Amino acid sequence: MNIPANLKYTNDHEWALITDDVALVGITEYAQSQLGDIVYVELPQVGAIVQQGAAIGTIEAVKTVADVYSPVSGEIIAVNAALKDASELINKDPYGEGWIAKIKITNQDEIDNLLSPADYQKLIG
Amino acid sequence: MADESAVKKTPFYDKHLACGAKIVPFAGYWMPIQYTSIIEEHRRVRTTVGVFDVSHMGEFIVKGKNAERFINYLTINDVTKLVPGQVQYSAMCYPDGGIVDDLLVYRFPDHFMLVVNASNIAKDFAWAQSNLMEEVELTNISDQTGLLAIQGPQVFETLQPLTETDLSAIPFYHFQQGKIAGIDVIISRTGYTGEKGFEIYHNPQYSVHLWDAIFSAGKPYQIQPIGLGARDTLRLEMKYCLYGNDIDQTTNPLEAGIGWITKLDKPDFIGKAALLKIKAAGLQRKSTGFAMLERGIPRHGYRVLHQGQEIGIVTSGTHSPTLNKPIGIAYVRTPFSTVGTSIEIDLRGKIAPAVVVKTPFVPAHTA
Repeated sequence: MNIPANLKYTNDHEWALITDDVALVGITEYAQSQLGDIVYVELPQVGAIVQQGAAIGTIEAVKTVADVYSPVSGEIIAVNAALKDASELINKDPYGEGWIAKIKITNQDEIDNLLSPADYQKLIG
Repeated sequence: MADESAVKKTPFYDKHLACGAKIVPFAGYWMPIQYTSIIEEHRRVRTTVGVFDVSHMGEFIVKGKNAERFINYLTINDVTKLVPGQVQYSAMCYPDGGIVDDLLVYRFPDHFMLVVNASNIAKDFAWAQSNLMEEVELTNISDQTGLLAIQGPQVFETLQPLTETDLSAIPFYHFQQGKIAGIDVIISRTGYTGEKGFEIYHNPQYSVHLWDAIFSAGKPYQIQPIGLGARDTLRLEMKYCLYGNDIDQTTNPLEAGIGWITKLDKPDFIGKAALLKIKAAGLQRKSTGFAMLERGIPRHGYRVLHQGQEIGIVTSGTHSPTLNKPIGIAYVRTPFSTVGTSIEIDLRGKIAPAVVVKTPFVPAHTA
């Protein structure tokens, strides 16, 4: 299972690419493989203020539905509009074209709550 | 599943692993939920041909002088209408009209075979046993029976080269005993997909041989293994009932939309008196197909509303790969079950519009 070394992870299987005060957020390879075919994604609103661990969107797969939780607290500054018509991008490229949102981080200290790639590897076994 | 060591393997288990299946415990068996993708597997069955391991299903043999009389009392359809070589869709009910299980009845020249849902094997066998008549011999052969379903528009091209039996001479819901790839099998023109298809009952000793022969024969048609995920989306597009979702002991066959197999004019059978009463009183609710008007998938247990008032409950739902939109089945109060009625579905707190539609959702191509 692909777990890129440059990302941080959550217990709920999101990833965050942190560049200064911006986090690019998506779900992991493991998460998409567990969900199977993703058919709709409900994206957060740009401008919404979110808390770390709060639900920011919903992913509907054929078999099941899952919430997406924000890895950081901050403001949604962009969402991946391509997912509206091509939600399968999350299945195909979860760490790239399947990104979900961009969040301006308001509390840098909370980044310490996230998992390292090694810890995430341990989580999924 | 509390105790995974008790979960059984079908004779195709190693094949599933070799095909890269995602395997889960289902109804007491390790079953493939998907191999590549539910949507891709679904489309394979609708466009060419796919293969399902359904060895988890249960098979009972009923023999003896009173076999026909016994099955006619135990089940709601009319077994006396069956000729040897014919299959009948039926169900067993409790005395109150609630459904024990839905099943297939096969009539052989000198005995019958009942095919029941995997999750209900023990319960069904105990139920049949407790209603047994004299001069009836009931045997559970589930563990000695492998079952492979081959389904899709190119099923004839795939299977005919493997057998001397003229497959085109077996009408829908009929069967013949014959050989496939040299193995003695029961070739049954049945399925759970809405496509042309066969189900091949066989001795599990030869399961791997059959699998290899069928996949080799189906290669020109991009044959592929199909998991339980696509089995569910395929049956849902046809509005075929799934026990545990759409029907169970709290539902009766009349409201479930299988009144066509409920023969209230035949001699006494278990549940008849209750079903006659239910029919005379008029159905309070009906199993109803609906389509969502927006994105979001209805799922088992979601509430159905009409102008904000609760009128029913979703029993099955999915994204239809053929229609490319979400569809579902719900029990709704009878006045709201008419095609074209606007309803709403409570999608985890979000009220989304839907409309009652004609079913099957997708035309069947079984003929």
